[in-house]
Amino acid sequence: MLAFMIRRIFQSIIVMIVVALISFLLFRFVGDPVNQMVGIETTPEQREALRVQLGLNDPVLTQFWRFIWGAAQFDFGISYQFKQSVAEMIGKRAPATLELSLMSAIFAMLVGIPMGVYTGLKRDSWLSKFFLTFSLVGISLPTFLIGILLIYVFAVQFQVLPSFGRGEVVQVGFWSTGLLTASGLKALILPSITLGLFQMTLIMRLVRSEMLEVMRTDYIKFARARGLSRKAVNFGHALKNTLVPVITITGLQLGSVIAFAIITETVFSWPGMGLLFLQSVQNVDIPIMAAYLMLIGFLFVVINLIVDLLYVAVDPRIRVTGLAQ
Amino acid sequence: MKLKTFKTAVIAGALALGVGLTPASAATLKFAFQGSLKSLDPYSLNETFTLGFLGNVYEGLVRRGPDLAIEPSLATSWKVMEPTRWRFNLRKGVKFHNGNDFNADDVIFSANRVRSEGSDLTTRIPKDAKFVKVDDYTVDVVLTSPNPILNYEWGSWYIIDKEWAEANNSVKVTSASDDSATKISLASNGTGPFKVVSHEAGVASKLEVNKDWWDTPKHNIDKVEFTTIASDATRVAALLSGELDMVYPVPVQDLKRVNDNATTTALTGPELRTIFLGMDQIRDELLESSVKGKNPFKDVRVRKAFYQAINVEAIKKKVMRNLATPSALMISPFLFSKADQFQRYPYDVAASKTLLAEAGYPDGFEVGMDCPNDRYVNDEAICQAVTSMLAKVGIKVNLNAQPKSKYFAKVLASNGFETSFFLLGWTPGSLDSWNVISNLHGCRDEKGNGSPFNLGGYCNPKVDELAKQILVENDAAKRDDLIAQAYKITTDEVAYIPLHQQGLAWGVSNKISLKQRADNVFMMYYVNKK
Amino acid sequence: MSDQTAPQIDIVEKGMLARALDSDIFFSFRQSKIVMAAAVVTLIYFSMALFAPWIAPHNPFDLASLDLMDGLTPPAWEEDGVPQFLLGTDDQGRDLLSTIMYGSRISLAVGFASVAFAAILGITLGLISGYFGGFIDTVIMRIADIQLTFPSILIALLIDGTVSGLFPESRREDSAFWVLVLAIGLSFWVQYARTVRSSVLVEKEREYVQAAKLIGLKPLIIMFRHVLPNVLGPVLVIITINLALAVITEATLSFLGVGIPVTQPSLGTMIRIGQDFLFSGEWWITIFPGAALAILVLAVNLLGDWLRDALNPKLR
Repeated sequence: MLAFMIRRIFQSIIVMIVVALISFLLFRFVGDPVNQMVGIETTPEQREALRVQLGLNDPVLTQFWRFIWGAAQFDFGISYQFKQSVAEMIGKRAPATLELSLMSAIFAMLVGIPMGVYTGLKRDSWLSKFFLTFSLVGISLPTFLIGILLIYVFAVQFQVLPSFGRGEVVQVGFWSTGLLTASGLKALILPSITLGLFQMTLIMRLVRSEMLEVMRTDYIKFARARGLSRKAVNFGHALKNTLVPVITITGLQLGSVIAFAIITETVFSWPGMGLLFLQSVQNVDIPIMAAYLMLIGFLFVVINLIVDLLYVAVDPRIRVTGLAQ
Repeated sequence: MKLKTFKTAVIAGALALGVGLTPASAATLKFAFQGSLKSLDPYSLNETFTLGFLGNVYEGLVRRGPDLAIEPSLATSWKVMEPTRWRFNLRKGVKFHNGNDFNADDVIFSANRVRSEGSDLTTRIPKDAKFVKVDDYTVDVVLTSPNPILNYEWGSWYIIDKEWAEANNSVKVTSASDDSATKISLASNGTGPFKVVSHEAGVASKLEVNKDWWDTPKHNIDKVEFTTIASDATRVAALLSGELDMVYPVPVQDLKRVNDNATTTALTGPELRTIFLGMDQIRDELLESSVKGKNPFKDVRVRKAFYQAINVEAIKKKVMRNLATPSALMISPFLFSKADQFQRYPYDVAASKTLLAEAGYPDGFEVGMDCPNDRYVNDEAICQAVTSMLAKVGIKVNLNAQPKSKYFAKVLASNGFETSFFLLGWTPGSLDSWNVISNLHGCRDEKGNGSPFNLGGYCNPKVDELAKQILVENDAAKRDDLIAQAYKITTDEVAYIPLHQQGLAWGVSNKISLKQRADNVFMMYYVNKK
Repeated sequence: MSDQTAPQIDIVEKGMLARALDSDIFFSFRQSKIVMAAAVVTLIYFSMALFAPWIAPHNPFDLASLDLMDGLTPPAWEEDGVPQFLLGTDDQGRDLLSTIMYGSRISLAVGFASVAFAAILGITLGLISGYFGGFIDTVIMRIADIQLTFPSILIALLIDGTVSGLFPESRREDSAFWVLVLAIGLSFWVQYARTVRSSVLVEKEREYVQAAKLIGLKPLIIMFRHVLPNVLGPVLVIITINLALAVITEATLSFLGVGIPVTQPSLGTMIRIGQDFLFSGEWWITIFPGAALAILVLAVNLLGDWLRDALNPKLR
């Protein structure tokens, strides 16, 4: 067990270093940041001086070491365009993105799981077919269009929900939350739906196929044979069994939810990390881009690690294969 | 839960939370702009929005009124004592937001700071001009040569409190390579009608009224909330839904929708920015073209053929929805008294083809075009239209429409003017022709020494000579004659292809009244809210 | 899975078509009207894309034929509509119907090319990883992990940035298509690799593979001739679903400014341009391309869904 953990953690560190290397190398090709930073009248000599100051002329290895060393201490330098500490900026923006991602995941599960159970149990009812087809419509349109259509309907036509921003936020320590005010909660609705639609479809399908499989297992057949009520079997036994993979997949999807928040945040002017990242791509603001990518990588690695370790802790069979690997 | 019931539940929940959005407290102005306010340092970025916004917080010696006329501000009066000496009398009893007094030392400090390293506004004051303190409320500016338009751009050169800047480590202009933010880029201390309460770079900024402002307020606003909304559709939606009192710019195609909406109005007007096409006339071979060994744009017939191939009226009607004024000049007719002497070359496909054939390109040629897609009103659509219009005379344009950051990084002097054919817009900061002639029409070398924004490298020494005379000519009538002579040459030689002056388009809630200034600056101190 | 190895040989003997028409899969196909409709719609799109130059009423990519004054014409049945432009025109005067046909062609080309790229890369790596195991396996699977760290749109933004940084002179028109294919393709390969690898892990212990090894067949031949056919089912499902995803991703990327140039719009580019006209009353510029995209993706997704269920023996 301990050996397995150490090996997994070691592998995670290697993955992070490679992620860092890739981000670092890519940014060398994204464009010359100096261009974005100075006015037109700056002479080539001044530009060169600036490059030296920024350390862009140092050997690649030195630069990479500096980057990794900084990243390990959560120091990503200063944003080229905003002249502020990147870690601080991301720290300020992170709550917005994380709350949005969390709410969208909750939305996806609250809607996706019941629909999945229903379609799994009543495979051939027309309502199931409707759910299956209808949920596909949600992922057959690009996210940005769905967002704009939602804004059009709920903000412009009915004027019941806000079209942009987080509403009123409350500062709780370092965390700014929109969950404690009415306007903050209202502001979360449309972006969460937009972002969660894809996950909802995914979860619904996953629950459905897990249900279909579980219902065939001997375990359920025995439960039935023992005379347990249909309800108890369906929800007490079958659903419980399907939830483990659902929660795992939802967890693993967190990275991509955060990435897709880029689009949702752009459409709804949501002041999160995604919006910041997109702006920095356009402005070749390398410190922000690097920090964002590292953060996404870090989240993913951590989630993966937790999932792996939980599996080992929970399921003895995996422990064996895990050790045997 | 079924999806339908869920949606109903969502709506019901939203209704329960309070139908309609809580109206803002009567005197809070909420507005959005497409771009963001990156730094509060008034010298770090020479850009209309940033300076316009900060103009509600800081003030200059002079200011531009709603009609763009120069008004006294922190200077009560000024006089040209002799052609090279100007005297400015400063307003007494003005206090900065922190309570410090405004006086001549602040002016001299600001004059030095705005010309120091890292400032993006170094051109506001001639390099060799000397600021001399006569007494605490009088400053003389000593020039090396006469300059009739010395204070034309001072409406956006703001005075900073010397003591505050020194106490807060903000003497140096926040420059690109600084590794920590200085106080002045995150907070402000001006003399203007509003104070900055909070500023989150790239997201939102909040202001509150300065009760001790020296001038009589023409507004009734207590608080201002500014948000950046980059997405056009979202910005318009936020206005239509009543969440915001004012948004700009409104995309031209949405003007009708904004006007048809019961609670909003689209406020349009001519803007001073001229949109034009430019051509590389300096290289011996174009960077991006099928023509090798020579540069077709060096031939005036080719430039004129391009000009006449473009149906500017169609662009005005379909792309700009009539919110544009086709222009024969590189400056708005509002800014030049003799503009009516100039006519556009007519749109004429046959003439264009003939010209191309005469120049030796009967079958046309291929050329790359650079175009921003998020800088000017419908810039990408204009470029697309130009591309298909030129296709009709045999010119194959390879359009490279890109975000403004990439576009400017590619075409400006810093990258060696890497473009063959481009679309650009220009507003003369001084609202005067000399700015247009010297920045866009003067000769330059490959590095941009000379006329730095003359991306195509058009060059005629006669124009350079005229520009020198215009700069020092104090007689208005003679000066306009000289300007007309210069424009005659550049028009005959098709230095550029002017397209139009684009229009201003602001979306305004009927709850507020405001003044629209033709340079697209939003003066919050003219806003009244019902 | 194992019971499918024997019928594989039959297919060759009895003739593909006869065998296919006789199969359970075809039976389940005929059972569902939705699936049949989806197949017909998909076919229509494929032929529309293939034959666009011959069947489209106009050529929207021929810039010389466009007239700006035709721009913003409403659909033919609306007031001010003209029969010449059945679905109306966009802001540049392009006939929407023709542009949708040409646009589907580009969208599908991006979709197929990126899926093909992903499938070839993923299958090859999956086969190698599963068959050889050990160190190679670990390396490939860790690369897959890293790959998954970067979601598709991030990868695309980075690749686009890199390409325009590396080849500043290259025109976007030339490179945009391949940037998209590379970006989308790279984000998909892991699924193939993982699926193939796990199948290979099962298959390679089977007697027929051991036997093939014993008679001296080369590993490559064993993998491609004996192992690969057994994983084609799940791979086909992934391909179908990825095709739909690729088309949607292309649209999303065009919103972020990475995409096919405006002079030769794909469905995604059309929607991106059209959304500017959503509030202004020119609804057709967004709604028709949007509907065209949604129907295409929906049809392909439905096919994928059905394939997944039909190929899963447990669910029959």
